[in-house]
Amino acid sequence: MIVSTASTGTAAVIPKAQFDWRPMALLAALMLAALPLVGSGSTWLTLTVAGLAMGFIIFVISSGLTLVFGLMDVLNFGHGVFIALGAFVATSVMGGMSAFSAGGGWQSLVAIFCAMLAAMAVAGAVGWAFERLIVRPVYGLHLKQILITMGGMIVGEEMIKVIWGPLQIALPLPELLRGALVIGDAAIEKYRLLASAIGALVFVALVYTLNRTKIGLLIRAGVQDREMVESLGYRIRRLFVGVFVAGSALAGLGGVLWGLYQQSVTPQIGSQVNVLIFIVIIIGGLGSTLGCFVGALLVGLVANYTGFVAPKVALFSNIALMVAILLWRPQGLYPVTNR
Amino acid sequence: MTAAALLELSGVHTHIGAYHILHGVDFAVPEGEVTVLLGRNGAGKTTTLRTIMGLWPASAGELRFRGRALRGLATPDIAAQGIAYVPENMGIFTDLTVKENIVLAARGARHAGELDTRRLEWIFELLPALKKFWLYPAGKLSGGQKQMLAVARAICEPRDLILVDEPSKGLAPSIIGNLITAFKELKRQRTTILLVEQNFHMASALGDRVAVMDNGRVVHHGAMREMVEDAGLQQRLLGLSLGAHQ
Repeated sequence: MIVSTASTGTAAVIPKAQFDWRPMALLAALMLAALPLVGSGSTWLTLTVAGLAMGFIIFVISSGLTLVFGLMDVLNFGHGVFIALGAFVATSVMGGMSAFSAGGGWQSLVAIFCAMLAAMAVAGAVGWAFERLIVRPVYGLHLKQILITMGGMIVGEEMIKVIWGPLQIALPLPELLRGALVIGDAAIEKYRLLASAIGALVFVALVYTLNRTKIGLLIRAGVQDREMVESLGYRIRRLFVGVFVAGSALAGLGGVLWGLYQQSVTPQIGSQVNVLIFIVIIIGGLGSTLGCFVGALLVGLVANYTGFVAPKVALFSNIALMVAILLWRPQGLYPVTNR
Repeated sequence: MTAAALLELSGVHTHIGAYHILHGVDFAVPEGEVTVLLGRNGAGKTTTLRTIMGLWPASAGELRFRGRALRGLATPDIAAQGIAYVPENMGIFTDLTVKENIVLAARGARHAGELDTRRLEWIFELLPALKKFWLYPAGKLSGGQKQMLAVARAICEPRDLILVDEPSKGLAPSIIGNLITAFKELKRQRTTILLVEQNFHMASALGDRVAVMDNGRVVHHGAMREMVEDAGLQQRLLGLSLGAHQ
């Protein structure tokens, strides 16, 4: 077959473009550099796992925005409202399934997964309406996008207050996920392991979709040249809507993870993490899923290490990280060509 | 004898914002022939191709493809009629490999394994560099190789009409020679092409028909051979458009 001939015989002679390992190496270097600063190996392991878990959660809530920003060139400052919505839907679902979630066994995991599915469905549906009513009229108009999506987030927050009330609502972890696994002297929180597994699953699913499916090819191509994708006969508008809905659903999932991480939710949870999300996608390179992933892990690790080693530095560690990364790579860790 | 018109433009006007670019463009593209659109910079050639593709909608006039109206259709619907477009900037997806660019252009294939292998072999014979760089990121290709990829995308599935915008722009003469060979092979297979070109050598080597544009209008439309053989016509039009491109 010609394709296989081309992909085996000739490709072996032609040097393929090298994968850029340097951002990955930076991640490893950061972890190694933190070891002598932290001092204790067990504390370092605890902080590293905590930082990676935080990074995975941040990746889940940011991944939708980097897709939306990358493909649609939409500055969606209202992304946070889907995070808040996901978290509040989780409080309702887990409250409604209290018999499950209060139990110490596998039923509590069922309750959490039901909450995640419901959060994704509701956030995705609201995302669809958000795209139609708020984003669609301002495609290509960045200033208006910022204003109207921020307005959308304010309205969304107020709607959440109307439905769930203005006060903080507890989102306690089920008994099964409380506490930590102790390995030597290192304590690794059980919930962080679950959050890491879900984050890793989302990353693998996104990478697979983007690299191994035609939809993924279309998204990657659309990030670079929307007009050409249309000229090839594909309806990019439908792709836009699909990506926006998927991005909103991922934000909803991230909201559940973040709410369980904080063990409480407030209507402002979205706006609180909004800046963090933008820092991550700028560090990663706008529109880059891999960049978003590495950026989120860097942010999570730096926040945890500095929180232990130099708590005052932790107050601005995210901004400092972004400045350092942009001085090294002004387009972010994995810049998407043509942006 | 002129073949039946595959594409007809009559009285086409296009506005881009406040600017009136096309002022009633009239010409036809016969089936199975290469029609070359010539003209100086800013004459409206690229706008004409983009208007046909629906990327800049016509504000007045008629565009008919196989007798069906194109005006008002969205770009994907126009492409779905069997029209391929190779833009001036080539429109290569630089972050994708050559293979991925081709898979994307082949609407009937979900992955490389579903590409028409016989057609792919034909493309590799026509444009050998693509086979060599099959798994290579398209952004790493040279300008000429990118142009070949852009052409390959347009022909990876049978298309009724191919619109090509200045394929020789910025390319070395040897690469232009390769492109001319490839286009001649397409022409031999009776592929209908509407080619925008400023390189008169390439235009005259390929064209069956020629339309010369100036100020958003077609000021001459006829057989390429007439223009090549008629020094007076050339002289009149050279002053208008071709002189700078010889």
